[in-house]
Amino acid sequence: MFSLGLTSLLVRRNLIFVLMSLEVMLNAAGLAFVVGGSRWHQADGQVMFVFILAMAAAEVAVGLALVLQIYHRFRSLDVDALSEMRG
Amino acid sequence: MEPTFYIAGGVAIVSTIVMLTRLNLVHALLHLIVSLLAVAVDFFVLGAPFAAALEAIVYAGAIMVLFLFVVMMLNIGRHAAEMERQWLTPGIWTGPVILASTLIVEVVYLARVASADLGTGATGPKEVGIALFGPYIIGVELASMLLLAGLVGAYHLGFRKTEKPEIQHDTGTHEGRADTGGDLVFAGTDQSARAT
Repeated sequence: MFSLGLTSLLVRRNLIFVLMSLEVMLNAAGLAFVVGGSRWHQADGQVMFVFILAMAAAEVAVGLALVLQIYHRFRSLDVDALSEMRG
Repeated sequence: MEPTFYIAGGVAIVSTIVMLTRLNLVHALLHLIVSLLAVAVDFFVLGAPFAAALEAIVYAGAIMVLFLFVVMMLNIGRHAAEMERQWLTPGIWTGPVILASTLIVEVVYLARVASADLGTGATGPKEVGIALFGPYIIGVELASMLLLAGLVGAYHLGFRKTEKPEIQHDTGTHEGRADTGGDLVFAGTDQSARAT
């Protein structure tokens, strides 16, 4: 799943899809943590999953606010359109 | 316990692949929600019910609603009517409905049959809380500071975004500009309610 998210991050050129693939990658990392925690019967995996969850929530809030502002400024969600941004 | 884990994982991977290949944003979001719910079922099978509940509530509830809000806000002006007409055709829903009904059947099976099997290796919310506020207390503080920074940053970015239509509205009518001239505080509260 992590590789799926990474591939999509590289392939897609839409900002919302980039954010969604970031979600998929974080989710895969959390899944790996929980699997490890349940394998050794420790609670640390779920603790790490809670941290990943909090980080994903903050990242998505800031990222979506940035997406809104970019859309209002450029009228587009294309990543390549933003590469001409100078000053 | 083993086959249910693999079935839920297969549902998650399939819905993620379908999500990545969609062109329509709302369809992709639908498949992403199904994928997150499948991962939540995986957590439940693995004996982590607390993580499963958090995944279903925070990811599939809060974050996906945020995504949906942004997608709806971006889609307003362009071609909302024919997209609405496309959404109403029932053929689109079949993929997520099939995947989600697989998950529902699995959850019902788990709740009825295999619930005694899950109790052995489960790590309940009590152990998670003890570990969270015991050796990981500095991580909790760091996460709270990160969330505060995210809140302030999102508010700041959203605030500057909503400044533009307000100005246009003010310059559009003379009386409106005269009215809202001294009302900056009131406009600020209105935008904060919209931004959050």
